[in-house]
Amino acid sequence: MSSELRYTANTQLEHLHARYTGTGHADLTKYEWLTHQHRDTLSSIVGHPPLLSYLAIADGEAVGRVKFEMTERMLQPCGPPPAKEE
Amino acid sequence: MHLYNLTLQPPTAITHAVAGNFSGSRQQEIIVSRGTRLELLRPDPQSGKVFTVVTSDVFGSIRSLAAFRLTGGTKDYAILGSDSGRIVILEYEPKTSSFTKVHQETFGKSGARRIVPGQYLATDPKGRSVMIGAMEKAKLVYILNRDAAANLTISSPLEAHKNNAIIHHIVGLDVGFDNPMFAALEVDYSESDQDPTGEAFNNAEKMLTYYELDLGLNHVVRKWSEPTDPRANLLVQVPGGQLAASERYDGPSGVLVCCEDHIIYRHMDAPQHRVPIPRRRHPLQDPDRGLIITAAVMHKMKGAFFFLLQSEDGDLYKVTIDHEEQDVKALKIKYFDTVPVASSLCILKSGFLFVASEFGNHYLYQFQKLGDDDNEPEFSSASYPSFGMANPAMPLPPAFFRPRPLDNLTLVDEMESLCPIIDSKVMNLLPNSDTPQIFTACGRGARSSFRMLRHGLDVEEVVSSDLPGIPNAVWTTKLKEDDPYDSYIILSFVNGTLVLCIGETIEEVQDTGFLSSAPTLAVQQIGADALLQVHPHGIRHVLADKRVNEWRVPQGKTIVCATTNKRQVVVALSSAELVYFELDLDGQLSEYQDRKAMGSTVLALSIAEVPEGRQRTPYLAVGCEDQTVRIISLDPESTLDTISLQALTAPPSAICIADMLDAGINKTQPTTFVNIGLQNGVLLRTVLDPVNGQLTDTRTRFLGTRPIKLIRVLVQRNPGILALSSRPWLNYTYQNLMHFTPLIFENLDYAWSFSAELCPEGLIGISGSVLRIFQIPKLGTKLKQDAIPLSYTPRKFIPHPTNGLLYMIEGDHRVMGEEAAARKLEELRQQGKEIDEEVVQLPPEVFGRPKAPAGTWASCIRIISPVDTKTANVIHLDNNEMAFSLAIVPFAARGGELHLVVGTAQDTFLTPRSCTSGFLRTYRFTDDGQNLELLHKTETNDVPLAVMAFQGKLVAGVGKALRIYDMGKKKLLRKVENKSFPAAIVSLHTQGSHIYVGDMQESVFYAVYKAPENRLLIFADDPQPRWITAMTMVDYNTVAGADRFGNVFVNRLDPKVSEQVDDDPTGAGILHEKNVLFGAPHKTSMLAHFHVGDLITSIHKVSLVAGGREVLLYTGLHGTIGILVPFVSKEDVDFISTLEQHMRTEQLSLVGRDHLTWRGYYTPVKAVVDGDLCETFARLPASKQSSIAAELDRTVGEVLKKLEQLRVTASGF
Repeated sequence: MSSELRYTANTQLEHLHARYTGTGHADLTKYEWLTHQHRDTLSSIVGHPPLLSYLAIADGEAVGRVKFEMTERMLQPCGPPPAKEE
Repeated sequence: MHLYNLTLQPPTAITHAVAGNFSGSRQQEIIVSRGTRLELLRPDPQSGKVFTVVTSDVFGSIRSLAAFRLTGGTKDYAILGSDSGRIVILEYEPKTSSFTKVHQETFGKSGARRIVPGQYLATDPKGRSVMIGAMEKAKLVYILNRDAAANLTISSPLEAHKNNAIIHHIVGLDVGFDNPMFAALEVDYSESDQDPTGEAFNNAEKMLTYYELDLGLNHVVRKWSEPTDPRANLLVQVPGGQLAASERYDGPSGVLVCCEDHIIYRHMDAPQHRVPIPRRRHPLQDPDRGLIITAAVMHKMKGAFFFLLQSEDGDLYKVTIDHEEQDVKALKIKYFDTVPVASSLCILKSGFLFVASEFGNHYLYQFQKLGDDDNEPEFSSASYPSFGMANPAMPLPPAFFRPRPLDNLTLVDEMESLCPIIDSKVMNLLPNSDTPQIFTACGRGARSSFRMLRHGLDVEEVVSSDLPGIPNAVWTTKLKEDDPYDSYIILSFVNGTLVLCIGETIEEVQDTGFLSSAPTLAVQQIGADALLQVHPHGIRHVLADKRVNEWRVPQGKTIVCATTNKRQVVVALSSAELVYFELDLDGQLSEYQDRKAMGSTVLALSIAEVPEGRQRTPYLAVGCEDQTVRIISLDPESTLDTISLQALTAPPSAICIADMLDAGINKTQPTTFVNIGLQNGVLLRTVLDPVNGQLTDTRTRFLGTRPIKLIRVLVQRNPGILALSSRPWLNYTYQNLMHFTPLIFENLDYAWSFSAELCPEGLIGISGSVLRIFQIPKLGTKLKQDAIPLSYTPRKFIPHPTNGLLYMIEGDHRVMGEEAAARKLEELRQQGKEIDEEVVQLPPEVFGRPKAPAGTWASCIRIISPVDTKTANVIHLDNNEMAFSLAIVPFAARGGELHLVVGTAQDTFLTPRSCTSGFLRTYRFTDDGQNLELLHKTETNDVPLAVMAFQGKLVAGVGKALRIYDMGKKKLLRKVENKSFPAAIVSLHTQGSHIYVGDMQESVFYAVYKAPENRLLIFADDPQPRWITAMTMVDYNTVAGADRFGNVFVNRLDPKVSEQVDDDPTGAGILHEKNVLFGAPHKTSMLAHFHVGDLITSIHKVSLVAGGREVLLYTGLHGTIGILVPFVSKEDVDFISTLEQHMRTEQLSLVGRDHLTWRGYYTPVKAVVDGDLCETFARLPASKQSSIAAELDRTVGEVLKKLEQLRVTASGF
């Protein structure tokens, strides 16, 4: 379970967090925030055809390849999470 | 400042295409999405040409497109996924030729968000349900059905969400009439998000999951989920289900999972089959690089099916499945042909393949054969152990093929596309042109081109031949009313008439009954089978048996002009009298008893064609020397009575009455237009009220410097008007709206329609002593393109100030330069490697170039002569250098001699940006600029993305630093530097001592150079971060720019601030001013903001019409060309913005996007009116039009006139 859900005592808020992936909360870590940002950005690039073409031209790749690599990168855009200090 | 945004050329890229029977007839059509527009294309199976039937701006971004057909139906519907948070089902209505929304269901927020569906669409092949998916988690299923009245119904959505899952693709499974199933390719990230060791990430599995829609229980269940290849990217539906009649299975059902280097056949409870994707055996290909499938299409024929899959290199593979009932025996793949890399592929039942290219022109191919019995190697899963799945983690042995020219396909049609426009310039370089041309650098890789765009219709000349003298008019005529083609060409000379007969050849004929010793004023096929010639001394009525009835002009008078139609003739005499004739019941031409005295010399006459089913047209228009046009009745009740009169500003030179359809004025019936050409080159277009004969709604347009001649012609079987002045113009109806466009053709003195077997819809014209027969192939295309092929993706180009040449830099990432490639090949040869010469020699413009690893670049400088569309010279760069910027600099240190400076970088990597060294290459022009001589290379520590001439020196944006260089003997000498720019400098402009700097991420900075102290200081910036892609100066304090997200904006600095800065001689004041918001001491304010919807790559301040106002012209990556026009008066602003508000409430968006939020996608729209929305006023139903016009206190005509005036005065389009 992600920390987002663990710390939200309010059930209504919990429901909202479950429903809207990417919503922040008071105890959000830097890593989580950054990962959300990157996933939002990557999906926005894939969702806007001109931006996807722009990156494809810059990189010399086919649009389909850029889309695939962007989607792949959404799995872990900022590397592994930092080790927990407990 | 208030701006009016108008699109001159809508985007030409195609992002999605889907085939179907959308109009319900047997003919298949293609719906394409052009990003923000939806278009219906109809390929003609006979001619193989693609026609655009309807195009509609959706005011939103289309992200997915699918077609479906209800069981037993004959008509396909289209479903759109967009950024509106809504799913929309569209129907094409052939009657009104428009798309209508059948259903629009809201499910989420607007915007292209991570968890709001719209990115993926999958339909059940039997049309029972549709799944719409987001990039992550969300998938909604809608059930489609019919109600009692056979109307399409849509259910409320059923959720098939999966938390923490990234969705790669979804597809509908073909299960016949079992419960509908969808397959999704998903990756769960919850574990890798929690595992600091990274092991969970490495072991993350890509799951192929089946979702079943239980129609009985009305819910969706996850039926089956199995891991598949971790590099899978695409799913393709495999036919399945039983035929009701024969109980035979159509196919095995399931999906093809396209992975990197492999294709896997997958289905629930069935063995997998895997084949490798064959690759090219190119010696320079990076062997570690995988190959993925980027486009796929499945085609079902009677009892068989096959797939065409396209790799990212453009190679098409034919994939077939051997099956016995539901059991798959083998999956087979073989090379088919190579076509440009497509964003979508469509196969039509009539044997065509439509390739919507991701960049560049789109193509229609015809299948010659299906590659069944050729010698291409075929790879079958049956020839590998366990059907290729013995060890799924290990790749299969690589398979190879040799690419070759098209074998199975032949090209039949090409649709021009500017996408991507990477840079542009607007200049008038052509001689004898009064409007500027738009020069664009388009395309990607080896299919790139440099195109010159001119406003006008392209003309195709069929025949041209010299004549013995200079004729002053030409006509063609049929012999009988029901002849399909014209038989005679009649040429009128100063002292005679020549009649030519159109047969196998065109030759002179004598015994036509025409008077050959006098010039001709008019020719008409009259009645059923007679001909009519009007000459200065009379009218000859030539009957079918060659008998001639002649009416002679009274002594001392001559005929000065004449107008005719099938039943009526009106002539004007030199005594300013009108004589009216009508065909009586016996086919005799009888004169009306009275003559009408006009009181002023008649200069022009016109009557319309006889309306169908009528005896006569009731109105005659007469233009007189006293600068008036009178409408005169031809009605038997009131023959030759004057009905109305219009005063003109100059004597008329021609009049033409024509009935043409303009949906803006009347949706169903043609409107009667009276076109009046004046001797000063102005054309007036008025509407003739059919009831009372009054002239209303006058619009004017300047056509050229010569007196206008007007000719009624047929354009694609519809009436049109050819207007001849110093250049020819055509007025025609296209997609129900009236257009007025110049023809890009020689100046014509006279013209007429021409119809013969070989050229059924042509025109004939005379220019000087040359007779020309021509046709207009592409109506509706307002920009004519002339292209030069390029070697690599063009990046930037600039014009030389004096010699008329253009200097362009080109370059491609992941491509080896020519020299490097030759060196590598030589090395391989010396190592004794076998090299397939044929593969190495393949033309790159068809097959592309082999992909090299990241950090490899090929680049060149090209010198272009734009007027004769030719490359003058190409200079290739070596050492893996890539050119990023260029400028022509008059170095003061060399007495103002012009030099070309090219900013390059060696071994560049894009993310993060790095290079071993940047260079400023300084060239001298030699051979009148046809060649370049390298003087020296100056090293820089980062990539110089922007360079510019500045006060006899060079300003360069090198990464984050802005530097001024002066010319030196061995190098450029760095004079001053400012390193405080946040990301990277991408754009530079200057005026006086100001330098306007566009930063890659942080908008525009205003800098100043203080020469006495040699200081380069930033004094103002923008509080908003913007990812600048293009910018230009509007005036000393104002810049217009565009960002990566499709916005344009105008920023202005308070003039007082720049005065203050200019008054400070040393810049010490700025240096010690306090910073504001961690930035410069002064801030610009935003004056205007607008979301265009296409990524803008260049923006210019230009005037598009001779003597017209300056506008901002922008070009978009997807091929958009648009303008922003400043309003001149407050009233215009009020009027147009009120109109825009009314139009917004009409909710015209086909994807259901709210217009205001679309135009204010990232920042609320400010001080810009959307002209594209306003212009759709012409397409509204008449009742809506009049109610909006009433709210504005105007008439519908006045609103339309204002809209047209705005467009014409700003752009001439």
